[in-house]
Amino acid sequence: MCLAIPGQVRAIYDSFGMRMGRVSFGGIVKDVCLAYLPEIAVGDYTIVHVGFAITQVDEESARKTLENFREMGLLDEEFGEVV
Amino acid sequence: MKYLDEFRDEELAQHLAREIRQIATRPWAIMEVCGGQTHSIVRNGLDQLLDGAVEMIHGPGCPVCVTPLELIDKALHIASIPGVIFCSFGDMLRVPGSHMDLFRVKAQGADVRVVYSPLDALRIARESPGREVVFFGIGFETTAPANAMAVHQAKLQEITNFSMLVSHVLVPPAIAAIMKSPTCRVQAFLAAGHVCSVMGYWQYSPLVEKYKVPIVITGFEPLDLLEGIRRAVVLLEAGTPQVNNAYERAVSFEGNKSAQKLLSEVFEVADRSWRGIGKIPLSGWRLRDAYREFDAESRFKVSTITAEESPLCRSGEVLQGNLKPNECPGFAKECTPRHPLGATMVSSEGACAAYFNYGRFVPVESIQ
Repeated sequence: MCLAIPGQVRAIYDSFGMRMGRVSFGGIVKDVCLAYLPEIAVGDYTIVHVGFAITQVDEESARKTLENFREMGLLDEEFGEVV
Repeated sequence: MKYLDEFRDEELAQHLAREIRQIATRPWAIMEVCGGQTHSIVRNGLDQLLDGAVEMIHGPGCPVCVTPLELIDKALHIASIPGVIFCSFGDMLRVPGSHMDLFRVKAQGADVRVVYSPLDALRIARESPGREVVFFGIGFETTAPANAMAVHQAKLQEITNFSMLVSHVLVPPAIAAIMKSPTCRVQAFLAAGHVCSVMGYWQYSPLVEKYKVPIVITGFEPLDLLEGIRRAVVLLEAGTPQVNNAYERAVSFEGNKSAQKLLSEVFEVADRSWRGIGKIPLSGWRLRDAYREFDAESRFKVSTITAEESPLCRSGEVLQGNLKPNECPGFAKECTPRHPLGATMVSSEGACAAYFNYGRFVPVESIQ
């Protein structure tokens, strides 16, 4: 559960006053809270943990990490078990 | 499932491992604090790649594993109350309490739901007025900002049927506790990268100074881990304990200030019991008085529960790095992921589960 996965911000919106975003993790798109990264913009990459963006990363490292995680089956592990 | 021999950067990994073996003039004992790192190390056989140059000691950084038994029993009690919707990360469902686990409580009719984020639990509470929705808020500093925001939003949005069973633990006091132990063999630490993405790494300098132990902030992928180990060995060989950031792409010195601000508004530092280890002073967070109304422990009055550990389970020694999982007499016999006796066999980050899942059934000495 402590895994944090890089993704790309595709859209930013407001939900009950909270800064939220649609973030794509190699094709899997999730709603993510962006409140802790007030500067992040559409197109930027971030590392996401339990639905929260915790830090911004560059595109190259994000892509590389995503590839590694996909190879290791960690994407299914992270997003697969939720009802 | 992929292992290192199928890993694209295998050559780079081999190169780093070779370099580590060359630099090391004696075998060093390095602890990776985080359970996610333990899994990456065991899954990819990184410890075996180092061929005795470095012994990796697996640390207590698995929140599921260190959540105290009493709190699991409280969770089971609350989840069984009619009308309660109990929400949790999936890892917690099979963690054994004294007599049950959340899966069995669910099978008996309790409304237990696995969620991806604490905000999912908050949404369920908003959509279920008249039901009490409780979220099992466990984790290290990485997870705490999410849980803090859920509680903060519950207060702002006046979602009064939401509460949280909080069991937050902190890395720096755990490192201090390990260094203070008379049986401590750890000579350097790999600190968990994402904990530091949130908290920064300014908290680690006092530990380095006090215990003369190098601490290297490290990521989770095979190359990150090998680079973290390499830097730790360089510092050990030079006899210059320092904090070093080997995960610069995701970690800054000061960390995420917005997250730290809300964390200190919602939580205060408190003593915490760690399963298998015992009480560590000032090693966790609890809700501040201003948020007490959202504290499931006070809302449901479940303070008098006596917990019983399995007498066979030695997960406490595993969590402190004093016992390898496959040295435990119950390992892979009475205790398996299907029938776990302790939390370290359950969690996807537990050291015992990692050893079981990746076929480490025999201690190294028995092979040699």
